[in-house]
Amino acid sequence: MKVGEPEKFIVKGKRLDGRKLDELREIKIEAGVLKRADGSAYVEWGGNKVMAACYGPREVHPRHLARSDKAILRCTYNMAPFSVNDRKRPGPDRRSREISKVTREALEPVVFTNLFPRTAIDVFIEVLQANAGTRCTGIAAASVALADAGIPMRDLVPACAAGKVGGEIVLDMFDVEDNFGEADLPVAIIPRKKEITLLQMDGNFTQEEFEKALKLAVEGCMKVYELQKEALRRKYGGA
Amino acid sequence: MFEVVAEVKKDYIASLLEKGKRADDRGFDDYRPIVVEKGVSNRAEGSSLVKIGKTQVLVGVKLAIGEPFPDMPNSGVLTTNAELIPLASPSFEKGPPDEDTIEIARVVDRGIRESQCIDLDKLCLIPGEKVWIIFVDIHVLDYDGNLFDASALGAITALLDSYMPKVEEDKIIYGEKTSEKLPIVHKPVETTFAKINKSTVLDPSLDEELVMDARLTVATDENGIICAMQKGGSGTFTQEEILDIIKRGASKGNELRKFLE
Repeated sequence: MKVGEPEKFIVKGKRLDGRKLDELREIKIEAGVLKRADGSAYVEWGGNKVMAACYGPREVHPRHLARSDKAILRCTYNMAPFSVNDRKRPGPDRRSREISKVTREALEPVVFTNLFPRTAIDVFIEVLQANAGTRCTGIAAASVALADAGIPMRDLVPACAAGKVGGEIVLDMFDVEDNFGEADLPVAIIPRKKEITLLQMDGNFTQEEFEKALKLAVEGCMKVYELQKEALRRKYGGA
Repeated sequence: MFEVVAEVKKDYIASLLEKGKRADDRGFDDYRPIVVEKGVSNRAEGSSLVKIGKTQVLVGVKLAIGEPFPDMPNSGVLTTNAELIPLASPSFEKGPPDEDTIEIARVVDRGIRESQCIDLDKLCLIPGEKVWIIFVDIHVLDYDGNLFDASALGAITALLDSYMPKVEEDKIIYGEKTSEKLPIVHKPVETTFAKINKSTVLDPSLDEELVMDARLTVATDENGIICAMQKGGSGTFTQEEILDIIKRGASKGNELRKFLE
């Protein structure tokens, strides 16, 4: 047993932070929060605070990375040193490099990269305060930032995790559940096609549990999708 | 890691798949021939050489004594690392690990760690002070597709092959192995499927990897418990495809585990 593990995660059908099993934490999304970036978004998701900025399409540096048939999409996930309890050493580590890669692969399917050959579209995700689920928060923020930059996209990409805590399948774990839970399944989707663009998993699931968790995560994504659209409507108007 | 691939090759592979065939004549759920050897490097505490088709991966396990993590003072420490050395492919470059290398190391690590295949609590020497550190190093020798499955199979084989070295006054005497083995309690393996157009095929060859839209790796233990998954590539999967893959992956995992006996 790890240090600090709670005895019970679910008491009378409620989780330790008072939520129901299939309830999201409170999420606030704001589009267009930075002046210099071509597009930006700020997301508060439970105890997570994440800022995303999009630059481009712009010239590619270094130039040999340019593709003659499409734009390259580059994503950088970075955590502020003060965003976690034990100070995170500044700069990319193996975890953030992997998250940057899966974030790019989660967003790439919706971006019309073929419209901007020989250019780069850069997305920067900064975690300012972390409380489990930063990669999902980052992807949700990044796709609003891309839209805010006016990058043509097939759809927004919402993300949300489901998992297993105290033997139950739950939506959107907070830090204690994430640290001591039994499984974590972050998912990102293209809502209009219900296709999955990000899927990672660690812990232990039976096939039945996995199926249930995947369904729950997709439902969570659909709720996040509504909040993303609302944020863009608030900035740009329209129905 | 970037290789140019001809459009005609993609069309050829895709049109074959539509007819239910693969370019190398395999079924959709067939591995290429697999060879697993262990004890290939006697300086390592455990080692293995895995070949899947022409892909070759060498894995070595080294043990050291070090400090535990503060939040797990009574547990040994597992460290997994991969190297895609330029010897193995014209597309691999020397220098610090790129994101593909990091991804392989982390996905293999998750399969081992999350299956709790090593009883890390048995690897404590002095609680809070001294524990065994396990280094799993994946050395790719020849890249012909599907490094995930080859590396994961190599890692568990090398761990099962590992003997504890002799210890005197908290110092390891590396030349002398004891008869004691690492406390391995589960046998996780990973199975990877590639999606090309609408087909999903097991164990993508290099050509299939170069043209695939996306891939999905599933790690399962001997009880069929899913312990890690990773989607890669810029394509998408439907929910049905994913549920189909985990079923096929679990049964193929049992086939891979036969190489561990």
